[in-house]
Amino acid sequence: MSLQKEDVVKIAHLARLAIDEADIPGYARNLSSILRLIEEMDVVDTEAVTPMAHPLDMVQRLRDDVVSEENRRECFQKIAPQVENGLYLVPQVIE
Amino acid sequence: MYHHKTIAELSRGLAAGEYTSEQLTRHFLQRIEVHGTALNCFITVTADEALTQAREADQRRARGEAGPLTGIPMVHKDIFCTDGVKTSCGSKMLDNFIAPYDATVVRKLKEAGMPLLGKANMDEFAMGSSNETSFYGPVKNPWNTGTVPGGSSGGSAAIVAARLAPLATGTDTGGSIRQPAALCGVTGLKPTYGRVSRYGMIAFASSLDQGGPMTGNAEDAAWVLNVMAGFDVRDSTSVEREVPDYRSGLERPLDGLRIGLPQEYFGEGLNIEVAKVIEVAIEQYKQLGAEVIEISLPNSKRSVPTYYVVAPAECSSNLSRFDGVRFGYRCEEPKDLEDLYKRSRGEGFGSEVKRRIMIGTYALSAGYYDAYYLKAQKMRHLISDDFKQAFESVDVIMGPTAPDVAFELGAKSDDPVSMYLSDIYTIAANLAGLPGMSIPAGFVNDLPVGLQIIGNYFDEARLLNVAHQYQQTTDWHTRTPDAFM
Repeated sequence: MSLQKEDVVKIAHLARLAIDEADIPGYARNLSSILRLIEEMDVVDTEAVTPMAHPLDMVQRLRDDVVSEENRRECFQKIAPQVENGLYLVPQVIE
Repeated sequence: MYHHKTIAELSRGLAAGEYTSEQLTRHFLQRIEVHGTALNCFITVTADEALTQAREADQRRARGEAGPLTGIPMVHKDIFCTDGVKTSCGSKMLDNFIAPYDATVVRKLKEAGMPLLGKANMDEFAMGSSNETSFYGPVKNPWNTGTVPGGSSGGSAAIVAARLAPLATGTDTGGSIRQPAALCGVTGLKPTYGRVSRYGMIAFASSLDQGGPMTGNAEDAAWVLNVMAGFDVRDSTSVEREVPDYRSGLERPLDGLRIGLPQEYFGEGLNIEVAKVIEVAIEQYKQLGAEVIEISLPNSKRSVPTYYVVAPAECSSNLSRFDGVRFGYRCEEPKDLEDLYKRSRGEGFGSEVKRRIMIGTYALSAGYYDAYYLKAQKMRHLISDDFKQAFESVDVIMGPTAPDVAFELGAKSDDPVSMYLSDIYTIAANLAGLPGMSIPAGFVNDLPVGLQIIGNYFDEARLLNVAHQYQQTTDWHTRTPDAFM
């Protein structure tokens, strides 16, 4: 699989990454070579193999639905880029 | 001098009152001041906190409440959240991030009374095998400052190798403890997936990440793992299983130990001189009573391609939290919300991190999921089954940790695929979730070579025993680079 310039632009958009126009050919080249490496998997027949999502056979632990964390809003908002009245600020979304 | 002593020796010296934690901590802080900048191995040095914690450790000892690690100073990889201390993960994205809580590993070592000397440099978000992707610049290998220390825990490895601390923590997603341990000549242990809590350890690939100790020898690693390991309700993949005393089995003789040598780990791509060092180490194990059995891990040669689907897919998901809204870097003057996301991420992440996010995004995108992600998960099953079969006839698996010794700074930075192949022998253990170690086994061109030991699930005690017995009859782990004597 070889990625073209427009593929890189599309993937960068899906990943919400701004990349410089000048860097696009470099990304296309590097990402294509990584995909060629990845495609070495294709020589192995995996038709009958079940996928493995996780290294250990585990089940999700459950717990009682009780409050376990204290409210640390002020502490967490101190490290935010922009807050006002306890809210995180972002550029206006609705005109 | 203090910096040539093991953790076990320091512990005995502190208990006997030969020196105080404050004296030890001042000594290591002074070494960091002399050598730290040249090696670029620290992102943050926490001198004031370290001395306060050292004095507390001394008071605790005076009250008769000291544990085995109380008063011994250490370093955390900058991927572990440290309450009130900058936690950058090697990235511009988190250059302004003061963690609001302690990782479980940090809390445990703090409760054990270990003063924190600082936070170690690392590849950005642990993505790299040379420490060159760090926003703070590359770490230098103490054995030859023109070469890389390996990565991603390169700062931690360099710190232990240069004797700037007797312990540094690391994390290992595809070899990030073992490969730098090999390239810097230190002992590094990646425990079984789920053995050490991941809470507060900034996530890269959640089904692979695992924290562990990097130390001067296996006995020290056992002392530290005793504290690091254990169930944590805050980590949903933490395993509820008792932690043995890892020190208790160290002296077990190796008579009858069955060592598996995978033929795939000794083929094309391995530096022939490195291969010779490993063969000598295996001979040493035979002298110690071990039996060597040829094995095959036929799917292991597909572990790098498999990993470069699984890890980027998980990273693209994990790193979506960095959006410029709640913490971390935010771009200047965003014109709308999409611009805020895109430029904060585009400017905050370095190029290797962006590459991996894009590969993961692509592999998970509509129309490509089956061909990449599902295929990789199936490959993961095959790779894991190879190990299951091998461990029916052997106790441990051995081979080289890395295909070569440390390479020159800049040698592979323009070629991601050639960089990825540095982890060709380490990645399979992560995909399977198995524990692995690297211990120093010799030198090629005056650069250290690491012997890798892979064990069965939760068999860390066996790995530490096997490493410790080797270190009782060899002195590779005691070597120190001339400039850091």
